Amino acid sequence: MSETATERVSYLRAGHSLKSWLLTTDHKRIAILYVLSITFFFFVGAIAAALIRLDLLTPAGDLLTNDGYNRAFTIHGVVMVWFFLIPSIPNTFGNFLLPLMIGARDLAFPKLNLLSWYIYMIAGLFTVFVLIAGGVDTGWTFYTPLSTMYANGNVILAASAVFIVGFSSILTGLNFIVTVHKLRCPGMTWGRLPLFVWSIYATSLVLVLATPVLSITLVLISLERLFGLGIFNPALGGDPLLYQHLFWFYSHPAVYIMVLPALGVISELVAAGARKPIFGYQFVAASSVAIAALGFFVWGHHMFVSGQSAYASAAFSFLSIAVAIPSGIKVYNWTATLFKGHISLDPPFLFAMAFIGLFVFGGLTGLMLAMLAIDVHVHDTYFVIAHFHYIMVGGTVSAFFGALHYWWPKIVGRMYSIVWGRLAAIFIFLGFNLTFFPQFLLGYLGMPRRYHVYPPEFQVLNVFSSVGATLLGAAYLMPFIYFIHSLRYGAPAGDNPWGATGLEWTTPSPPPKHNFDSVPLVDRPPYDYEVEMEGDNA
Amino acid sequence: MPETLPVTEPYRDARQQHEAAMMGMYIFLGSEIMLFGGIFSVAAALRLAHSPEIIQASHALHFGIGGMNTAVLLTSSLFVALGVEAGRGGKANAAAGWVTAAAVLGLCFLAVKAYEYRLEFSEGLLPVPGVQSRYVTGVQHLFMDLYLVATALHALHLTIGVVLLATLAVQTARGAIPVPERAIVLITAGLYWHLVDVVWVFLYPVFYLAR
Repeated sequence: MSETATERVSYLRAGHSLKSWLLTTDHKRIAILYVLSITFFFFVGAIAAALIRLDLLTPAGDLLTNDGYNRAFTIHGVVMVWFFLIPSIPNTFGNFLLPLMIGARDLAFPKLNLLSWYIYMIAGLFTVFVLIAGGVDTGWTFYTPLSTMYANGNVILAASAVFIVGFSSILTGLNFIVTVHKLRCPGMTWGRLPLFVWSIYATSLVLVLATPVLSITLVLISLERLFGLGIFNPALGGDPLLYQHLFWFYSHPAVYIMVLPALGVISELVAAGARKPIFGYQFVAASSVAIAALGFFVWGHHMFVSGQSAYASAAFSFLSIAVAIPSGIKVYNWTATLFKGHISLDPPFLFAMAFIGLFVFGGLTGLMLAMLAIDVHVHDTYFVIAHFHYIMVGGTVSAFFGALHYWWPKIVGRMYSIVWGRLAAIFIFLGFNLTFFPQFLLGYLGMPRRYHVYPPEFQVLNVFSSVGATLLGAAYLMPFIYFIHSLRYGAPAGDNPWGATGLEWTTPSPPPKHNFDSVPLVDRPPYDYEVEMEGDNA
Repeated sequence: MPETLPVTEPYRDARQQHEAAMMGMYIFLGSEIMLFGGIFSVAAALRLAHSPEIIQASHALHFGIGGMNTAVLLTSSLFVALGVEAGRGGKANAAAGWVTAAAVLGLCFLAVKAYEYRLEFSEGLLPVPGVQSRYVTGVQHLFMDLYLVATALHALHLTIGVVLLATLAVQTARGAIPVPERAIVLITAGLYWHLVDVVWVFLYPVFYLAR
């Protein structure tokens, strides 16, 4: 077939068979495969969350048994962390946008990219099997000796699922790093990379370097459970705290795997929403790498009350507080970008505003938790739960929805209802705060995490939280409906509905299979929104 | 790079493709180092906690056998390097020969390792259920467990390497991997083999020699 005939056929219409989707190596189609599969796992995790919140409506814990409650919060954690949050933005928007943003035809290793999705799905099937087989009750942290000696759930199956999905993470990270290094189009220098690309790059470094440590740790606890290995068993001279060190060496950087891509999305949205170049581009770009690097040296703040040395705690406390510097740089620079901007209140930008507020709140409470004395008081309480949900849900999930509303016209070629989009953004913001703000108060008053029977004086705040969760759940369903509606009835979006800069907006919507008709040439700085108005860059 | 084969999808030219393949393999090896890094940090933590018992426990290992295996692996790496050079020079048969020789040495390593495990099994040192163990202390049990996990993980990597090298040797000899155009396949496989060797070069002193 001739090249001109296929030139303008969009990636969505480049083949209609199931095989053309399941064996595709097109990064855009693989992104769609990921969107569908992570949406499924989001629902699985959300159902577990709904059970938790329903059960907490009453102090007696009437709905679930003790064991059932343990299994509900474990599956919520495992599914949301490894099957939704970690792949959420990188594997969907990273996959779809990275080659488009740097002017490449695809990722460096397209087949590896498809393999990564299959590995993710195999791990997902394992997880579904864990659910069918009755679940697991250790919490997502698999702490020893509970996981190795006492837990009676399917620890090994669950650990296997997480072990397998790790390969998917590593392969995706590897693919992204090589793509950013080797496939930038002419003129796309490091100083012109979109900030989303910088954040995905920083995330990928963490994915590649931290995930293998979790893999070997999961192998060790599985062998310990199966054969009594002893490495984490004090009876043989092993050390349960060693498990916590190894686990958090991965799992704290994993927090940055979850939030860094969100920070990148917000940088894109803020610049496009304010129609201004991002303030302090270099600092925002470097802060992503700084967060990734610092993230490797703060794991001990999860162990302030585990009995580690006071000197280690002091060092980890200092380093954890230091993470506030690059995070603060981002927030201040977004604010400076918004200052005197022509700020659009279309749905993606409302999500971005919501993100900034919630991220600041989550970040400041993170600083409190990094303080040695405060952590002793609120350790393992709902204060911690509220803190990381502000970052993970208020932050990452808001950014995920912001990205979905921003790039949806590019991905499917059609617009959705702007009014409904605005309403969804507002309801998600309100529902989120109603769910999680009471949990700060609960935690500060002393309600511990992972308990479903609690003193009656905590009930009012728990009811607020559960009502908020209902509102939040309903608000999450709204985009689901109007996005599906837009697939058929939405108005054609045009190439660049937001008037944004960036190479992805120079392609047709949806883009053709090969992305660009000719290799693009970049001769402008990123986010040059004022160039045309002021003509200061000839 | 004198590459005459068509460049595959995302690449603009052969040099870019070559560089991407090299970088991809180096990053993969970085993640492998972090995987074994977990094992090494566990070994370090145990040694810090129980230095005298670990030193005593390490006397039970047969360091002569381990030493011989070290020599076998280092020689195999030399063969891989020679095979890669032959491949880059376009000598398909020589490349296939050297790579085959390296794979055979890899098999030798695995055979010797199997013999060593058998010896340790008969001495009651391996944590096999149902077998009378002869551990002096709990820490010796722990040390032998970690030794078994670490060396078995290494042996698994080596097995993958042997299969990889054997496959590539056959394909190179048959012309399915034309050299020097596709020598990159040999180069990246060679890098993997060298890393598996380097891991052993660290495992050997950590378990057998530091006593």
